[in-house]
Amino acid sequence: MTVLIKNGIVIDPANNINIANDILIIKGIIKSIEPPGKLNTNNLDNPLIIDAKGCIVCPGLIDMHVHFREPGFEYKETIESGCQSAVAGGFTSVAVMPNTNPVNDNRSVTELILSLAKSKGGIKVHPIGAITEGLAGKRLSEMADLRDAGAIAFSDDGCPVMNNELMRRAFEYSKMFNLPLIQHSEMLDLTEGGCMNEGAVSTELGLKGMPTEAEDIMVYRDIALLEKTGGRLHVAHISSGNSVDLVRHAKAKGLPVTCEVAPHHFTLTDEAVRGYDTNTKMSPPLRSIKDIEKIKEGLKDGTIDIIATDHAPHDIIDKQVEYQNACFGIVGLETALPLTLKLVDEKILSMSDAIRKLTATPAQIFNLDAGNLSIGSEADVLIFNPDIKYSIDVSKFHSKSKNSPFDGWKVKGKVLHTLARGKVIYTDPDL
Amino acid sequence: MIIPKNILGTKGLSKEEIVTILDAAEAFKEISTREIKKVPTLRGRTIINLFFEPSTRTRTSFEIAGKRLSADVINISGSTSSTVKGENLIDMALNLEAMNPDLMIIRHSQSGVAEMISKFINCPIINAGDGHHEHPTQALLDLYTIREAKGDLHGLNITIVGDITHSRVVRSNIYAMKTMGINVKLVGPPTMIPLGIENMGVSVSYSLEDAVLNADVIMMLRLQTERQNEFLLSSLREYSNLFCLTTEILKRAKNDVLIFHPGPVNRGIEISLDVIKSDKSFILNQVTNGVAIRMALMYLLLGGNNDSFN
Repeated sequence: MTVLIKNGIVIDPANNINIANDILIIKGIIKSIEPPGKLNTNNLDNPLIIDAKGCIVCPGLIDMHVHFREPGFEYKETIESGCQSAVAGGFTSVAVMPNTNPVNDNRSVTELILSLAKSKGGIKVHPIGAITEGLAGKRLSEMADLRDAGAIAFSDDGCPVMNNELMRRAFEYSKMFNLPLIQHSEMLDLTEGGCMNEGAVSTELGLKGMPTEAEDIMVYRDIALLEKTGGRLHVAHISSGNSVDLVRHAKAKGLPVTCEVAPHHFTLTDEAVRGYDTNTKMSPPLRSIKDIEKIKEGLKDGTIDIIATDHAPHDIIDKQVEYQNACFGIVGLETALPLTLKLVDEKILSMSDAIRKLTATPAQIFNLDAGNLSIGSEADVLIFNPDIKYSIDVSKFHSKSKNSPFDGWKVKGKVLHTLARGKVIYTDPDL
Repeated sequence: MIIPKNILGTKGLSKEEIVTILDAAEAFKEISTREIKKVPTLRGRTIINLFFEPSTRTRTSFEIAGKRLSADVINISGSTSSTVKGENLIDMALNLEAMNPDLMIIRHSQSGVAEMISKFINCPIINAGDGHHEHPTQALLDLYTIREAKGDLHGLNITIVGDITHSRVVRSNIYAMKTMGINVKLVGPPTMIPLGIENMGVSVSYSLEDAVLNADVIMMLRLQTERQNEFLLSSLREYSNLFCLTTEILKRAKNDVLIFHPGPVNRGIEISLDVIKSDKSFILNQVTNGVAIRMALMYLLLGGNNDSFN
């Protein structure tokens, strides 16, 4: 199989490329990248030619924070449907959180995920192992075994490690593997019963709030522990402005701390909760405009390393209920790119930096062989048109679940083709 | 004047709409004083009282209001509803709507439920209290009771005392009272004053003694005694020492102050027995007027024209 992508602007932050180029892919491998018209196309074996005029051609995107619900909650999402959602959003690498049933706290679940991904996924699926057995926060999981089976990081995600001593030991233990611990930072005793950001809006709506301090305290605790123990901390879906400051401070000290932000946390505030749409309920919750301003500062100055969706599919039976009873989380894979491109329009990020936070940087932090268009590497490629305007229509999502607050939003920037290992696995149905 | 299709809250109700409702209630109040307390106004109409949360006063008030207007009133309570069997709230509402009721009255322990159901059904809805969010008929009956005693509402001062955080009565009263030009002061321990409440246009005090000084109305809220477990108060004894409305504290207030309480009362915790029994207490007037307000709303929502009783 030979693919020739012509006339696009190639942006490959890992290799500092940001210029018009043609790309030749042979047998799934990037063979050469040359200025337009300069590729030697003689003797090509019946190539598929993709005209990328007006488009940006970049590495397939990487999402380090998704929930594909398999095994255990296949009615919400499966690895197959999750991967379809991913490629429709331009992603060719994802890292799946361990809060499945059974929990991914042992080798056999990791192996199952990888085998399902291989047979049904078509893209790179990286399992994240649990920090503690059963996400129960009592005993460390078998991290060596998980690593050997293919886990690329450890996290208890929605069940943050509350016990300080256990977290300290987890940092120490994980040093043997040089893999990051990903923390969903939330002091649970400050958020019990909460379902939205604490502030004037929660007061008006009569909903129990989840204060930003709940995030800040755990972010600081982890940084304080790590300073002594060593190990690596990756702060998941940062949402509090003060937490951005804490991470900036830790980085200035040279500590191995990284963090991610989810698109909804730089796009929406808690004002969106008015009307009690349960698709505005996620953890951490939508915060205030002040938090968003600090997040944008953090994106701009590099404090926030990467953008990750926290893609959290939930069926209507888990969402079409009382606000307080609804599950936390929204799907994000199919809206991440246009929402991120808004940051480019607002001049918070350059196009290249926006793509970097979705490709080169996550690959670097999690040591993935992806996120670049280097000659000789596997051809995971995204072709998108940054200028096409359209309305988000959740009914057309490839995810099994449609829980998104962005239904009907007018956005700009559309995925036209996604290639994984040199094969076109998604093409915009409107083309 | 056409009032909204649903009464989900007092937020967004205009001054004219509130006055229309209060005026209508004035006309309906007299019916309850007759020997034969029934008019045929809503004959043949069906009203469903859907109460997912225990309630004596409010549920009975709505039922009596409907029956005095000759509507058929059906009561469904939390323990008899099929949500106990795990039926989804929306499915239940859709099923009830399929039986063609003319009005649904909804009470639920969680904020936002009435509004959420209103997005799925066409039948008009009155919110009879949703979590800690709104309880619009309570605020309207409070306004009615104040207007009845004081005449003009504009420029009056009200002090509301107690657990502000967990009170839907407070929120509905703030919206309605601000719209009518009443100054609202909230009093309670800081643990029971939620973040950002000042944004709703109210002032806050932690001292009952100071806050009663200029009040035309003092509204005491029920203390939910289980809040001790949430670290919101130390002991009932201390709460009482700080926030119980006693004859002693009332000496500092205006002579013609009105004492309100939405009920049910914890005697001796937030309000002393002699204050309840004093001539300043309008607690039972509130209850009486509640029936008139609910009759008025049912009438107006079901197509009544307020011109006919003006």
